[in-house]
Amino acid sequence: MLHIKCPHCGMRSQNEFSYGGDATIKRPELGKEVSDQEWDDFVYNRKSLRGKHWELWQHLSGCRQWIKVERDTATHEIFKTLKANQEIS
Amino acid sequence: MTQPFRLENVGLINRDKKISFKFNGKNYYGYEGDTLASALIANGVHLVGRSFKYHRPRGFFGAGVDEPYAIVQLYRNGETEPNIKATEQELFDGLEATSVNCWPSVNFDIGAINNFLKIFLPAGFYYKTFMWPKSFWFKIYEPFIRKAAGLGVASIKHDKERYEHKYEYCDLLITGSGPSGLASAYAAAKNGARVILAEDKSRFGGTLLTSEVNIGNQSGKEWADGIISELKEMPNVTVKNRSQVFGYYDHNMLVMSERISDHLPKTKKFHPKQRLWYIRAKEVLISSGSIERPIVFGNNDTPGVMLSSAAKEYLKVYGVLVGKNPLIFTNNDSGYETAIEFKKNGVDPVILDTRKNPKSEIVDEAIDLGINIKFSYVVVAAQGYKKVKSADIAKISDDKEQLGVIENINCDCICVSGFWTPTIHLASQSGNKTKFKDDIDAFVPGISKQNETTLGAANGTYTLDETLKSSFETGHKLSKEITNKDNKISFPNVVEKKSTVHDKFWCVPLPKGKNYKRFLDFQNDVAVSDIEIALKEGYRSIEHVKRYTTLGMATDQGKTSNLNGLQLVSKIENKVVPAVGHTTFRPPYTPVSIGAIVGREVGKHSKPTRKSPMHSWHEKNNAVFVDAGVWLRPRYYKQDQENLFEGSKREAKNVRTNVGVCDVTTLGKIDIKGPDAAELLNRVYTNAWLKLPVGKARYGVMLREDGIVMDDGTTTRISENHYHMTTTTAQAANVLSHLEYYLQLVWPELNVNVVSSTEQWAGAAIAGPKSRDLLQKLFPNSDVSNEGLPFMGYMEGDLFGVKARIFRISFSGELAYEVNVESDNGNFMWEKIMEVGQEFKIQPYGTEALSTLRIEMGHVAGSELDGRTIPYDNSLEGLLSKKKDFIGKRSLTRKAFTADDRQKVVGVVPLDKKTSIPEGSHLVKDSNAPLPNPKLGYISASCWSVEHDNPFSLAILKDGKNMIGEKLFVMSPLKNKVIPVEIVSSHYVDPKGERVRS
Repeated sequence: MLHIKCPHCGMRSQNEFSYGGDATIKRPELGKEVSDQEWDDFVYNRKSLRGKHWELWQHLSGCRQWIKVERDTATHEIFKTLKANQEIS
Repeated sequence: MTQPFRLENVGLINRDKKISFKFNGKNYYGYEGDTLASALIANGVHLVGRSFKYHRPRGFFGAGVDEPYAIVQLYRNGETEPNIKATEQELFDGLEATSVNCWPSVNFDIGAINNFLKIFLPAGFYYKTFMWPKSFWFKIYEPFIRKAAGLGVASIKHDKERYEHKYEYCDLLITGSGPSGLASAYAAAKNGARVILAEDKSRFGGTLLTSEVNIGNQSGKEWADGIISELKEMPNVTVKNRSQVFGYYDHNMLVMSERISDHLPKTKKFHPKQRLWYIRAKEVLISSGSIERPIVFGNNDTPGVMLSSAAKEYLKVYGVLVGKNPLIFTNNDSGYETAIEFKKNGVDPVILDTRKNPKSEIVDEAIDLGINIKFSYVVVAAQGYKKVKSADIAKISDDKEQLGVIENINCDCICVSGFWTPTIHLASQSGNKTKFKDDIDAFVPGISKQNETTLGAANGTYTLDETLKSSFETGHKLSKEITNKDNKISFPNVVEKKSTVHDKFWCVPLPKGKNYKRFLDFQNDVAVSDIEIALKEGYRSIEHVKRYTTLGMATDQGKTSNLNGLQLVSKIENKVVPAVGHTTFRPPYTPVSIGAIVGREVGKHSKPTRKSPMHSWHEKNNAVFVDAGVWLRPRYYKQDQENLFEGSKREAKNVRTNVGVCDVTTLGKIDIKGPDAAELLNRVYTNAWLKLPVGKARYGVMLREDGIVMDDGTTTRISENHYHMTTTTAQAANVLSHLEYYLQLVWPELNVNVVSSTEQWAGAAIAGPKSRDLLQKLFPNSDVSNEGLPFMGYMEGDLFGVKARIFRISFSGELAYEVNVESDNGNFMWEKIMEVGQEFKIQPYGTEALSTLRIEMGHVAGSELDGRTIPYDNSLEGLLSKKKDFIGKRSLTRKAFTADDRQKVVGVVPLDKKTSIPEGSHLVKDSNAPLPNPKLGYISASCWSVEHDNPFSLAILKDGKNMIGEKLFVMSPLKNKVIPVEIVSSHYVDPKGERVRS
């Protein structure tokens, strides 16, 4: 079970969180014309990375905040966690 | 009755307390502190079971966790448990155990015929034989194999025992209380670190209990006892015996099973049987020691052949002799220690040492004691069937290839020592890349991946002095880094006998003309010849060889067999062991009770049960409940002997003719506040929300980004910046997360707050033509007329002194209202509605009637919004705004979603107007078409229409909009039904929706 540092609450066990997928995906702006390809990339197409991966988790059984987590998908090492409003650097 | 193999005055057992027990129906006794194994050996019982494949006699091989043989079926306090190691099970009064894998008895076992058929049971036998013909597998082969195989029988009764889970954090978790565990725990504890010390046996001390050493002028055991009692007094230390750390998971999470009551005749009141600990440790010190390796020789599985360290443990801990005429077969000094213990207790052993001329303190001591030692000698084969009677021995050449003349000597046990294998399982589970250590011929942990350090014998350090030193240092250093304290402790003086190098010898060659079975894996009956066959047949990867031969795949996970298997593969392949590599160690290290894994989450406790505030009223009024997610909801309120069908029909009919009330507390409710609340709704829902006036409700549908309908419900504008959203019962949690996702990550600029208020409001739906009359009596001071409270209107009211929210919304399609009060007042509201409703012939209705009402009205719900349908499919396309963008809108332009013959919800009526249509059935054009019969759609929901008094179903049908009036067939192969049907509009009742507005 992973140990994730919620930027709001501190170190918590994985079972308090739910996974939310790739954190680098940006939703196209509302009302903006987007091509089929762009839309498919937003909705469906994801890389299955081995290694460092920025992903979203929600601290569901805690502060309910969505957070960004940089995790190694092969080793589970967590390098950094950010609040929802912090930009991935 | 005396115990023929029990010594007087030796051992750590309590001789003042006799304990009686039963094995295979026969009565025996032992002492407090015995294991089942030690007590059986003391009583001269050496035959405990039959082997897995050949049903060869099985005795005892070890004295603890590594035991491959002595697995029994245990009976305790009216319960039974399989797969219990006799070497681990502590004796308690009234214990009963039986042998497994034998029939009719352990002494005469029919399966033993396999032993004579063994030529037909080579490696891969099952794969090769039972593959053909295919049809035989389920009916003939599998049941036969299942009956023949197995290590006991699981109880089919409900387990009345309690198992608990515990979560714990610590600075250092130390696994094993041998010398390295004690030293490191002591040093860390003195530095103020929070320490958990876990020992799988009942006694602390590990090898210190059996080795002849001196630490600070104390015996090993005295020193261990002193350290343990000091540790137990320290508030920062948790010391646990009977506790096995069996799994090392990510981020230094380890799991330990604590056997609290297994050693007692009966679990104490309020105590659990076992407790599973989830421990998050900053640092893990693995002090799990090492397990002695066997040497491979002919018939080396005969009862009486056992590990030399086990023989020593039985003697020193339990005062039990494993034999009175022992033969010690060793390639290192450890065997001598066992021999010396025998000698000291008046038993004359013979030592066979594979080494030519070893020189060490221990060897010298054995020589001085006058023990008969034969150097460069090996055991060729054990003789005897149910117990060792003698051994064929021979001199072996210096190159270890040639055997000399075979002699036969009498013995009643053969104690084997093939040196020591570090217990690296936990380190390996943590991701540590282990490395091969040449001088000990075994793998040790390499570079750590997580915060773990392996100490002592588990790390291949076999001298006490070095072990204690490095363990004190490591414990001190790691704790200092955590606590910043630097309490030095004085290092005790250690006296131990010096030993010399071992002989890298592990397998005795077969003598000419002999074909003895030489076993590697004692639990799965894998012999040298099996590995040879596997390699001959082309298996190369050790992982494949393992699976093909089942080497190391038994419940002991090859604790005594893995390394010898690797030695053999590397020898045949002409490789070195590290090049072959070992198979992956995975949790659990030892078998764990399923009960312990499940913990308290059994039956009703496997999930939370949510009940509405009106639950007790429902109970009192004969509600039959149904699980709706984690909620319990009344399905119908049973009157007299009526069944579900009759009851729900009555309730639904009463709604259509009079008035009914339904508990809708379970609906998800989300409180939405903020100046941008309307804008959020406008983006989340597919229809327009910016112009909804205060005091009005609106129905809305929300999509996922892929265009699939996520949920539907009504949202009401309570005040300028305050909305009350309802969701379906099932999607309540998902919708909240969905809103939070967009507010926190996608549109953080929106000034809105959302919070679940499901639990805060109790809800009652009042539906039926007389609902307004009832409502007026409930709220005499409010104007609830069609003008005062029109369809989709909202107002607040006073329910006999209780503040209430009144929504004019309808799920049943009738004139209907929903009243919400604060949860605490839920029961009051309900009782008032029932009381005042008497004159209008009110009846409560459950979920079954609720479904009937919505189905015949053609209102879609969860069975249509099933995560596979888009708005069009549900005839909700009228709610898609063309003027604005919303979540998922772009996806609706996908080709598949705009196809001309796109599926759509329709109504289905059987032509005979009688036959009920099973939900999930398929719709086909021609019921006699050859298979696979093209499927046009499926039945999503079925009911008995109370309005038309005939069956009615909703279906999602291909090209549904053009199918009205078509005749099709409903097919349910599962129920063996073919029903001719007509496709009709999904709005089977009041298609214009006049009632809700009346």
